[in-house]
This record gives sequence, structure tokens and C-alpha cells, in this order.
Amino acid sequence: MTSSIVIVILVTSFATYLSRFLGVVSSESIKETSKLFRWFNCLAYSTLAALIARTIIFPAGALMETDYFIRFIIILVSLIIFFLSKKNLVYPTVFSAVILSLLNSFY
Amino acid sequence: MDSPAIALGCCFIAIGSLLKNLGFSIQESIFSTLLTYALPGSLVMAESLLVGASLVNIFLAVWLVNARLYPMTVSLMPLLMHESQPRWKYYLSCHFIAVSAWLIMKSNHEKIKKENRIDFWIGIGTATWSVAIIGTIIGFISSDYLNKDMMIGLAIVNPVYFMCMMVGAMKTIQVTLSVILGAILGPLFFFITPEWSILFGGFTAGTIAFFVGELNDK
Repeated sequence: MTSSIVIVILVTSFATYLSRFLGVVSSESIKETSKLFRWFNCLAYSTLAALIARTIIFPAGALMETDYFIRFIIILVSLIIFFLSKKNLVYPTVFSAVILSLLNSFY
Repeated sequence: MDSPAIALGCCFIAIGSLLKNLGFSIQESIFSTLLTYALPGSLVMAESLLVGASLVNIFLAVWLVNARLYPMTVSLMPLLMHESQPRWKYYLSCHFIAVSAWLIMKSNHEKIKKENRIDFWIGIGTATWSVAIIGTIIGFISSDYLNKDMMIGLAIVNPVYFMCMMVGAMKTIQVTLSVILGAILGPLFFFITPEWSILFGGFTAGTIAFFVGELNDK
């Protein structure tokens, strides 16, 4: 292993574990019935939603090369499949991958 | 047939082949998934390496994008804690907190007795973690055979999967509002400050959702 890459990996994992670790420290004094807990519950779902929406609308990496409109349609159809399949997660995910690969190779 | 393994596996296949293209060895790629196990963090690391960012910059960028793990931990761990369990289990197993395992645990914890929840969580965590590592190895090995269109197909799986799971979790006013507002405000804040958009957007959306939900309960 090259030492610089190993250091980068260590720095990345430390930066990641830090939030998890501090989360457990705080959790020790938070009751699951408290208002604070409910607030953090909202924050967790909203930051996740913000992250996911951002990856779809302003993607980084491979998705950048796809058309904004195509991404939007695929997300919409995937959600419809999700509900039609009684909240099955496999059908919409497999669908989205196959359709996007195909659409992108044609356009 | 409701397996998170497909979505999770696809994401890490993409990461595995990305890391290979960046010049990582297979050991380094596995090491990275093993230790970090948070997809956006690994992506940021890869991008920073590409532009040759300094270690301090990499640390800050990764910390910013993964700071969402803090509210995720605080909103999960109190549900898993029980006085009969040793504390080291919490500190060790918080490493498994990542979107997929978190969403699974959040939607299933009520079915499990409180004293057993942390052990159940360690089970989910180990399983998702293993899938991530296997995905990384597959991605690394198969990267020469994956063309650009296939990579793009793999890249959409992650957001689609998470979005469906989030929509499936919208059972209370607070969670529903959090998800919808977060999805709107996150991208909106991107225009103001790209680096902080997730945290600012998420914070604002979650706080509004919390107050609306609290007022509604009264």
C-alpha cells in the first residue's frame, strides 16, 4: 500500500467515525420519549432527504453526464413502481439502473 | 423479496471501480470501505484526491458531508440502549450507522424487545457492511468490463433506493414533512452554499417539521 493513500483513508474514516462517536455520547443522555429526541429524528430524516435530493439534482461523478429531464422521469417512474409493487424495493431500483443505462447509450 | 443487498451492492461496485481508476490497490479499496463505510464520504475522498486537496481539506470535506451521521446516531441509539447491555457495544456498533442499515433499523425496531435491539442492530450492521465490502471487491475486479453507461446505471440505484425507503418511512406528520421539506430545501440551499447545503437545508427543514408536528399534536 502506498502510505499517502493509507493516510487519506485513515483521515476519511476518522472524519466519518467522529460524527457517529459523538452521536453515541449524546445518546447516553437523551431519552427516546423526549422532545429533543423527536427533534433529532426530524433532523435525521430531513438531512437525508436533502442529501438524496442533492445527489439527484446536482449529482457528482457518473450521473453528471445524464440529462436532468431523464433523471427526473426515472425517479418519478421508480416511485410509481414502488407504490404499485406494494413498496417493494427491488423492482424500482433494478428498473432505474437498466433504463438509465439504456437511455444513456441511445442519447 | 425486499433485499437492500442489491442497492447497497451496486453502490459499492461503483465505488470499487472508481477507486481502482483512481489508482488504489485492491487492499486499499477494501480498507477504505471497511473503515469508512459511508458512501458520500468515500465519494468526497475520491473527488478530493482527484483535485489534489490537502489532508486538512479532505478531513473538512468528509466531515461536512458525513455530519448527517450525528443526527442519525442520536435518533437511533436511544432506541437501542438498554441497561442490561454493555456500553462498548454502542461505541463499536455505531460504525454501522449508514443510510441503509439505519433505515432498516428505524422501520423494524418496534418488533424487537428493547434488551435485544442492540444485538439485532449488530446483526444488520455486519450484514450490510459485508455486502459493502463484497461490492467493493466485485467493482474493483470488474471495473475493466464496466462501460460508462453501466456505471451511470449503477449510480442511479443508490438515490432511487434511498428515496423509496424514505417515502416508505413517511408515517407521521413530522417524518413526512421532514422528508418533503428536506428534499426541497437541500437543493435550494445549494444555490447559496454548495458545501453547507445539506446541513443548512436539513437543519431548517427538520426544525420546521418538528415544530409543525409538535403543534399539531396538541
